[in-house]
Amino acid sequence: MNDTTPRTATRHRAHDFAVVAIAAWSGFFVMAVELLGARMLAPNFGNSIYVWGGVITVFMIGLAIGYLLGGQYSLRQPSLGRLASLQLLAAATLVPVLLFGGPVLDELFVLIEDPRWGSIAGSAVIFLVPTIISGMVSPYAVRLLVEDSRTSGRLSGLLFFFSTFGSAAGTLLTSFYLVLVLEINQLLWSLIGISVVVSGGILLASRRWRAPA
Amino acid sequence: MTGIAAPTRPAPASRRPALRRFALALLAPLVVLAPLAGHAALGGERVVHREKSLYRDILVVESDGQRCLAFSVRKRVTNRQSCIYPAQPERLALDYTRMMLIGLYAQPAPQRVLVVGLGGGILPQALARLVPQAQVDSVEIDEAVVRVAQRWFGYRTSPRSAVAVQDGRVYVKRALRAGTRYDLVFLDAYDHEYVPEHLLTREFLREVRAVLAPGGIVVANTFSSSRLYHSESATWAAAFGGFAQLELANRVIVASNGPLPTVGQLRTQAARWAPAFAPLGIEGTWLVDLWRADPRWNERARVLTDQYSPSNLLNR
Repeated sequence: MNDTTPRTATRHRAHDFAVVAIAAWSGFFVMAVELLGARMLAPNFGNSIYVWGGVITVFMIGLAIGYLLGGQYSLRQPSLGRLASLQLLAAATLVPVLLFGGPVLDELFVLIEDPRWGSIAGSAVIFLVPTIISGMVSPYAVRLLVEDSRTSGRLSGLLFFFSTFGSAAGTLLTSFYLVLVLEINQLLWSLIGISVVVSGGILLASRRWRAPA
Repeated sequence: MTGIAAPTRPAPASRRPALRRFALALLAPLVVLAPLAGHAALGGERVVHREKSLYRDILVVESDGQRCLAFSVRKRVTNRQSCIYPAQPERLALDYTRMMLIGLYAQPAPQRVLVVGLGGGILPQALARLVPQAQVDSVEIDEAVVRVAQRWFGYRTSPRSAVAVQDGRVYVKRALRAGTRYDLVFLDAYDHEYVPEHLLTREFLREVRAVLAPGGIVVANTFSSSRLYHSESATWAAAFGGFAQLELANRVIVASNGPLPTVGQLRTQAARWAPAFAPLGIEGTWLVDLWRADPRWNERARVLTDQYSPSNLLNR
């Protein structure tokens, strides 16, 4: 760190902590959405191996596009506030899924006979957009953490650790425990709520940090 | 029989976060599957065929003149799905298969029958002999199970007995849309170790109810224990208003979109079917004696729905 005044050091530490927290929560969020999304497909497309294939394909394509877009977006005035906004936006795109997802999936069942294409189309409707936006979080967060090329490997490793650990936690908690307690839609609303608290809180805090500087 | 949650293998470790995230995501289901995957030695049983399908390990084992289809091996006890006596192909070797035939007491002259979950194909084969006028449609998610049923268990398709390789839920929904109705539906898609969760929800059972012809009967072979027993009961009651059951090691649930038969009617049918059922190993009023018209369960148990269906977590 160039600036060694205690206040700025603390601010940097809080800033970095916030970046990692968003990446970790985003990892949790995206896996929980994938698991619950697959659950939403089962009534119309079943639980065959190719339904899982469709789910995972759409998920990987979404992340791939997200990485590309997130990297590009990080070139233009990157900030913690924008990172938090990305995660909030990903959560917001679940609202139409919650409101209209069921009828749209029923409609797809009627339109598409082959459950392979049906599950790909259904997955795309449910979680392609939230996955793309969530995919943008990782490269964008790397940009915010890294200050010089020497530490870029270490810091991106650290970031991937937390975001992937968050994914593991999201998968495990959702599939082993949360589905025992809450319904799918209640879980999705909870994911939105937690995103508002975590990313919304960081967004507000980042504005306060920026103001005096 | 339906497969297990995420039957995919982890991608090789990679520096790319996407693949790593993907691999980690898949670890959770694998941890669950690990104990099921081992091939314990089978005491006194001979494995005559073994194959890995997209969904599970399929074994054909023989002992004491019996040949059984098993899906996984655990604690040296095979998990038998279907058994036959190759020397007496008509005889039904397992209690649950015999118990499910109570469907023919309740619906003695079905024109169209649906079997969800083929196993060894024992049930469709028995139906082809017992109600030769009926059209029997079977649906099985695992193509390998169909092959094994044909090669090892004498299952034969014919113009009157067809099989579709498809998810049972999708099949029922398509049948509903096509306007097909069944006089008799057999659900045999659940086992000790795995319940396809989307096939045990109020919505699915309502779809099954809707696909029944007037006065149609559904018979389900279930294995639930502990908390799932109560939730399963509540779910059937929510979809059908009520149900009857026969319970030994398995529980066979019987429900209808009309009134269920009385014990008197069942006795009449038992007498009528006695000559045909005797070679199968069903004697006298055995099935009627097992019939319970007023099953009890914990009324506070939560109904399973498409929104809430942790069947496998409840079944332990």
